[in-house]
Amino acid sequence: MKTFKYVITDPVGIHARPAGQLVAAAKKYASNVDIELNGKSASAKKLINLMSLGVKQGNEITVKVEGADEDTAAAELEAWLKANL
Amino acid sequence: MEKYTGKSIFSGVAIGPVLYYGKKEEQVKRYKVEDTAAEIERYDKARQQAIEDLGVLHDDAVKKVGEENAAIFEVHAMLLEDDDFNDSIHNTIETQKVNAEYAAALAGDNFSKMFSEMDDDYFKARAADMKDISERVIKVLSGKKDSGTIDEPVIIVADDLMPSETVQLDKEKVLAFATQYGSANSHTAILARTMNIPALINIPADPSWDGRMAVVDGHTGTFILDPDPDVLEEMKALRDKDNEERKLLQELKGKDNVTLDGKKINLFANIGGLKDVAAVLQNDGGGIGLFRSEFIYLGREDLPDEETQFKIYKSVAETMAGRLVVIRTLDIGADKQVDYLGLDKEDNPALGFRAIRICLTRPKIFRTQLRALFRASAFGNIAIMYPMITSIEEVRRIKEIVASVKSELDADGIKYGDVQQGIMVETPAAALITDELAKEVDFFSIGTNDLTQYTLAMDRQNSKLDSFYQPHHPAILKLIQMTIENGHKGGAWVGICGELGADTSLTETFIQMGVDELSVSPSMILPVREAIRKSHAKR
Repeated sequence: MKTFKYVITDPVGIHARPAGQLVAAAKKYASNVDIELNGKSASAKKLINLMSLGVKQGNEITVKVEGADEDTAAAELEAWLKANL
Repeated sequence: MEKYTGKSIFSGVAIGPVLYYGKKEEQVKRYKVEDTAAEIERYDKARQQAIEDLGVLHDDAVKKVGEENAAIFEVHAMLLEDDDFNDSIHNTIETQKVNAEYAAALAGDNFSKMFSEMDDDYFKARAADMKDISERVIKVLSGKKDSGTIDEPVIIVADDLMPSETVQLDKEKVLAFATQYGSANSHTAILARTMNIPALINIPADPSWDGRMAVVDGHTGTFILDPDPDVLEEMKALRDKDNEERKLLQELKGKDNVTLDGKKINLFANIGGLKDVAAVLQNDGGGIGLFRSEFIYLGREDLPDEETQFKIYKSVAETMAGRLVVIRTLDIGADKQVDYLGLDKEDNPALGFRAIRICLTRPKIFRTQLRALFRASAFGNIAIMYPMITSIEEVRRIKEIVASVKSELDADGIKYGDVQQGIMVETPAAALITDELAKEVDFFSIGTNDLTQYTLAMDRQNSKLDSFYQPHHPAILKLIQMTIENGHKGGAWVGICGELGADTSLTETFIQMGVDELSVSPSMILPVREAIRKSHAKR
């Protein structure tokens, strides 16, 4: 399993549109992608689940990637987060 | 005449007949189905149709109301692809042996409840999106069309407006919105702002209002039903005055900030975070004269690291595309809740351990911010401003730290731009030694709020002092005049970023004193521009 942390800089947090884009990005990988905040966890492949975490600006999320392509998935998703959120 | 007070989410005045936008909510009927597999297939087909419809609506809305407002349809299409949502509907059909309409309505209710129970306003407002998508599928399932067109300009009144409803409304025919529910983050609010029409929430909308005359006053948040003739006259006059002002201000967009006798003034904006940058550009701000960096530090568990800060500064600098962005370093004291700094409670925080005093005592915090600022300066036109300065020694110590941060960056091979360094003149002590300070810095920015509080020894928040408080006290004006003159003698430009900078009754006075820049809240840029264009620089 690959794990990394990321602090959200987007002013409204993981709001609907980028959440949708993140789901689309995560679905490209075979690995499970989970996002954790304050002890709650959501699948990055499920839009409503992800939005219900209520991730705001300044929140530090933990991203856990587990599966066959976890190395690429973790690296690419981290880059995606940096560029978009 | 009936009067209701709600909350204004966009200002302005509108007068016209009410169109009650009813949910026409026929209860979704629940009935038993035997062939659940066929019912699930019926749902999935309707869902696919709804997603296709949303694609068409999206493309149409992009043309009509722009990408920002049209994005809602894209999001809705994605929500309809959501596994949890669809699984829950499939499951209801299968286990309860019920029709797809009922299962979709149930899922809409449940998921919308989940969002409405969240703390954050933005996520709370997403409850309406969940209802909206479920109703869209139900509409397809029951073969209904979207609601009809509007014939004459109307005030739209509703319990709540679905995001997709607001976008589909004929924009030419909508004078105002008044709803019972909704929030400042709702799509209705965003749309009202884009369309520049008044909008109210917390109004007890009632179907019996349909067709009756009404007034929406977005300045006071008032909704008046069947206005009396004298009230109607009064509101019409207010509306016309309002429209004239708006038109005038729109005309001022793109114009120079130049006095009648040809002197140009820099007119910049004060912002508290990234989210305000859009308003700066919308209102034609020539730059950012005060970016309060505190917001990066507030509402967190620990200090923001260099990377976090760098990204924010870089983003503002890039968005402002070469225009000056003056960023003020951390201005925090015991009056702000930042637990991780471990500041002691103070009896008099306004005169206490705050702002530059913290930064010079805990240089690690300061150096992190400076590194982030200098790194970001490679991506735009950044200037750094230091708050709460009282002495020449403070400025020299800051300069030593800056020099060391720069050589550290040089050693790391990190590029940075040419960064102007300036100070806030917000203590009487600083104002009185501006002749000396001007030799040390590139610019002064006069913070009139604190300067007034410290000069008059009056707390502006204390309402008992209202009768003593003189915002235009001659002592303040003398200190401003002195700061401008001394700044210019020492080769520093001088701006004003406090509230007085936006006081249009003083604009001409400041220009005649020789001020180079005024920095005001984004919404005040155009009114101040108007005042500049009516002023003479020479007495």
